[in-house]
Amino acid sequence: MQPFTRHTGIAAPLIKDDINTDQIAPILHSRGLKEDYRAMLFHRARRREDGSEDPDFVLNKPRFRAAGILVTGENFGAGSSRESAVWSMLANGIRVIAAKSFADIYRENCLQNGLLPVVLGSALGDQFIARVLAVDGKAPFRVDLVTQRISGPTGPDIAFEIPAADRTRLIEGLDDIGLTLKHVDEIASWEVRARAAQPWLQLARDSR
Amino acid sequence: MQQTLFDKIWNFHRVAQRADGRDLIYIDRHVLHELHAHHAFAQLLKQSRPVRRADLTFAVQDHTVATGPGRDDETNPSGSAFIKAMREGCRSNRIRLFDIDDPEQGISHVVAPELGIVLPGATHAVPDSHASTVGGVGALAFGCGTSELAHILATQVMALKQPKNMRVQLDGRLAAGVTAKDVALRIIAEIGVAGARGHVVEYAGAAVGAMPIEQRMTLCNLNIEMGGRSGFVAPDDVTFEWLARRPFVPQGAEWDRALRHWRTLASDEGACFDREVTLDCATLEPQITWGTDPSQVVGISGRVPDPAALDPGRRAAAASAFGYMDLTPGTPLLGLPIDRVFIGSCTNSRLPDLQVAAAVIRGRHVAEGVVAMVVPGSTSVKREAEAAGLDRVFREAGFLWGESGCSMCAGGNGDRGEPGERCVSTTNRNFENRQGPKVRTHLASPATAAASAIAGRIADARQLAPGSA
Repeated sequence: MQPFTRHTGIAAPLIKDDINTDQIAPILHSRGLKEDYRAMLFHRARRREDGSEDPDFVLNKPRFRAAGILVTGENFGAGSSRESAVWSMLANGIRVIAAKSFADIYRENCLQNGLLPVVLGSALGDQFIARVLAVDGKAPFRVDLVTQRISGPTGPDIAFEIPAADRTRLIEGLDDIGLTLKHVDEIASWEVRARAAQPWLQLARDSR
Repeated sequence: MQQTLFDKIWNFHRVAQRADGRDLIYIDRHVLHELHAHHAFAQLLKQSRPVRRADLTFAVQDHTVATGPGRDDETNPSGSAFIKAMREGCRSNRIRLFDIDDPEQGISHVVAPELGIVLPGATHAVPDSHASTVGGVGALAFGCGTSELAHILATQVMALKQPKNMRVQLDGRLAAGVTAKDVALRIIAEIGVAGARGHVVEYAGAAVGAMPIEQRMTLCNLNIEMGGRSGFVAPDDVTFEWLARRPFVPQGAEWDRALRHWRTLASDEGACFDREVTLDCATLEPQITWGTDPSQVVGISGRVPDPAALDPGRRAAAASAFGYMDLTPGTPLLGLPIDRVFIGSCTNSRLPDLQVAAAVIRGRHVAEGVVAMVVPGSTSVKREAEAAGLDRVFREAGFLWGESGCSMCAGGNGDRGEPGERCVSTTNRNFENRQGPKVRTHLASPATAAASAIAGRIADARQLAPGSA
């Protein structure tokens, strides 16, 4: 996983609640396993009926094309568990999502891929959103996971909270499977215990 | 100290605590599907990591399979590569695959319980947000992403932060013609699409106790639509009777031993829940969504709401939904002309769902101009329905009768509506563009969907005169 320490980039405001993964990464009918995650991101919202780009969609506006920070509302990433909704962000250079809150599975998928989920606390969050709207892509913001601060034009730094373990995992780019496999002996002894206590759990056999 | 059932299952399955504070929770049964499996197999291959417990892992082709007669790998060109890649991954990793032509293929959330692969008190994971469907038999199931799928394949555990406890108490007796689908939609309407976020939900109360297992699965299926991490119903005699003799459940003396344990699976009297929600189900009528998220729900006799009457936090979403759905506040749902009906998906595609729908349409015909389709949740359900003659009832009424799969729920197999169509669907998500670009989806029960197909308009099945046969 690519580590995350800090990122300086344009913050694009998509201020809406409950943006779901069908919207972020719609199922497109490609024919191969190698999907175009770059084209997938907000595919429908980015295009008009005739297939041309919708110039009004925030990520299509020239000043937000290279945005690295997406700023959004409550419950971001609701719905389907598809991880393409994270991969498509990274494929477009978006490294930070600052949302008022996240859907559970989406947040987990972010942590698996080095995409920083910043939860915007209520009062400060609203202030930050107002600043992002006011700056309107004319200057970058800097999100620093080491100091847990966001800095940018027209205002003081904003501190944000993130569980210490999630922070370490992102900064060090830790391999999640590797972390778990440090406990492989405990997994094996659990299996032995379960075989004695609830043997049916360790046996999935077709009785026919 | 009194414990909830969730706490008990969690504690039993806790293998260790990782350095980052996450609990490693053992996964007793892991079921893959083709949309995500190939990524995970490729990742493990690259890292030279073996699958730890192929014997506890299953795979089902469901998301991209075509539903037309005589389908094969190539029928849906955009699914073909996924289907073949999962087949190859299962072959090389010795994972039991329910392939596209398997007599027990179907939607993973339908297949796993009907074969007895999931069990009460067992943990279960699927790389799909509707994993908790199997909570209907008292299993604790987690939906996950692709990286987590690879993690489970390599380790047989999930690294999770312990969610909170929530109980949804469903009191009263459901009126005739009202089902678990209607109850679930009402709960989501009450608490919102993020109302259960961070929580595992135990559904309890008289209304749940009276539900057959298939309805409990419908109830648990929709748990993610209010953001719940998982949801389940504590197992009881209805559960044990339903599971007995299914092929993958323990047999003989092992069954008796398991049963003794399963009878202890309940939350302790006085156990503490972080959140409790109560709903009186006795006065409930059939429910239907009017908007573009599953909390935008009204009773079937209701009207599209006036935004001024809504919670302020819901007004912006409502305003955007009016346009997409081409509806104005105050419009009655009953009588809205429709173009399409879909009966299927992990929400409502089990045999009793099809029986209810068939009872509504028997001796009638789908309204002119309406395209109506039934896709059974598994090939086993399809076979049983055909043995009971239900396929004939549907076909004679003008319904298409499909091969099993996820089909038009998310349209991953190419089954989708045409732009601008209004569709009554027994699925779980009425998101914009999900059932096809610009398709307007109304979520409802199989009875409502069937009645609407006949009327050509949104209809209340309870108001149809009895059928002719």
